[in-house]
Amino acid sequence: MKEARYSFGGDEHIFVEVDEEMSLEAFFKGLSMTNAVRESRFKGVSEICPANASMQIKFDPDQISPEDMLKELKKLETSAAKSESILKTRIIEIPVYYNDPWTRETLMRFRERHQDPKSTDIEYAARINNLASIDEFVKAHSGSPWFVSMVGFVAGLPFLYQMVDRSRQIEVPKYLRPRTDTPKLTVGHGGCFGCIYSVRGAGGYQMFGITPMPIYDPNQKISYLRDFMCLFKPGDIVKWRPIGREAYDAAAADVEAGRFTPRMHNVTFSLDEFHKDIDAYNRKLEGVLYGN
Amino acid sequence: MAIRIVNPGLSTTVQDLGRPGYYNIGIPLSGGMDRFALRVANMLVGNDENAAVLEAVFLGPEIEFTSDAIVAVTGAELPPKVDGKVQPTWTSFPIKKGQVLSFDYLKKGARAYIAVAGGIDVPVVLGSRSTYTLGALGGLEGRKLQKGDGLGVLKLGKPAKSGATVPAMLRRLPSENVELRTLPGLYWHRITEQSGRNFFEDSWKVAPEADRIGYRFRGGRPLEFVPRKQPFGAGSDPSNIVDACYPYGSVQVPGGTEPIVLHRDAVSGGGYMMVGTVISADMDLIGQLQPHTPTKFVKVDLATAIKARRDRLSLLDRVRATLA
Repeated sequence: MKEARYSFGGDEHIFVEVDEEMSLEAFFKGLSMTNAVRESRFKGVSEICPANASMQIKFDPDQISPEDMLKELKKLETSAAKSESILKTRIIEIPVYYNDPWTRETLMRFRERHQDPKSTDIEYAARINNLASIDEFVKAHSGSPWFVSMVGFVAGLPFLYQMVDRSRQIEVPKYLRPRTDTPKLTVGHGGCFGCIYSVRGAGGYQMFGITPMPIYDPNQKISYLRDFMCLFKPGDIVKWRPIGREAYDAAAADVEAGRFTPRMHNVTFSLDEFHKDIDAYNRKLEGVLYGN
Repeated sequence: MAIRIVNPGLSTTVQDLGRPGYYNIGIPLSGGMDRFALRVANMLVGNDENAAVLEAVFLGPEIEFTSDAIVAVTGAELPPKVDGKVQPTWTSFPIKKGQVLSFDYLKKGARAYIAVAGGIDVPVVLGSRSTYTLGALGGLEGRKLQKGDGLGVLKLGKPAKSGATVPAMLRRLPSENVELRTLPGLYWHRITEQSGRNFFEDSWKVAPEADRIGYRFRGGRPLEFVPRKQPFGAGSDPSNIVDACYPYGSVQVPGGTEPIVLHRDAVSGGGYMMVGTVISADMDLIGQLQPHTPTKFVKVDLATAIKARRDRLSLLDRVRATLA
């Protein structure tokens, strides 16, 4: 991989673009750099943020000069490039009600901001990705796991990278103009990235469905969010499970009653092993999730 | 309970100096948009500079005090009144139990900071009392204040004094024509040289879409991008990038048309290119801009940014010395 590009973001940030384009290699190098910064415990560094193919730190220039901070980061890049791309992480199942009535109602309100006002988002995405029907699209979307390559935009929102060959990755443009509303827990997609909207609000990604499973709880009442209010960390792996209206309602009722327990399992991810045989590796990951 | 909200104004939230350390999962710093004014309001009533205060935008709230208090209002020129009698800004004054604090119309600036001796008592969430409304986090139930809300006030160790005041020369408010000093960078290389010159030459105006997340500007020429094949994952618009982190103060230009400067409740990342970053010394100023304010972005280098930062710190030190 070529050398990263560094830029000062004003006097308090350094932005590091590992690569212009997305790849898991770029993600892992960025993640290694953020880990190295965290371990170095530089005085004055207050935020260490990994992103898809880049990373960023916020620092106090009264405690370390921007030039010195830059030098330190560049030193860390050399070792980060050599580090192994192996991650102890989790695989988490997310139930999705595709083509649901709530995202459909919302997308109909914003048709004039869409590339194709005559289709729904999922119909449009199926067509431009050469998938014959909504069913085919759901199969392609939920058929393989996804990799959380960034958490952010708003609290706890995961950006998800589809774990298939680039030629099979679903790609869609963002809305022409962002919507002012998106239902909470919408499963969206923009560029090559999937996402789950953790809160209700503005958004520009295409909307494919909705999950009943909360991923952010500022009150920390939901059982699996008691330890921390955000579910996702970069490096988590997600497996979508298509569900219908009945299963959605049942899961939503379970969440409400405090009975909902997400299916998740610890797993070790190796980028080299993954690339050797992607489909076989994904089946192995799913085996861990479903205990077979 | 020590104060009761009779009328919340337009948008009044509890804020302190913010919640660092969680930007990596999309929880922004939050805290007062004008940190200088927030610190000074606290100093005037004898609080720790990081104590929680009320931040009111454009329209002041109406607050009934249910116990005696010492109060100071800084930031925007939003004259406070006690039972209808006007009080000075940037000066501490007493309020008796049962009296009502209200405000006259906004004369200048955008955000006023209302400090009460002791500090506003709401639960500390992830190390801060600041309200982050988008994430329904912190402050009072994660939201702006509503009619009928009651808020506690913490006990101050030492007695607060009324009549403490900051000399006019040490106060800060925006001038008629605002200049935001900006360090070019981030994805600056994506636009043509001519377009880069235009960006700094053009006159902009604050758009109505200006809040704690970001300030949008209008009126300058659209950006011209250097042609390229879009990198995989970025999206098709020339202003799209592979979703990356956004620095506080970064200037993103979706579609190349209207720049948005991200502020204390920033979205932590996304897929729009940024041309640079407003320097830390000018961030407070943005919090005091009203819609339609004429604004220019002024190109500066890193040394100038650091010098401006030092000047801000020494101004704060002079205020501390005056009030000590």
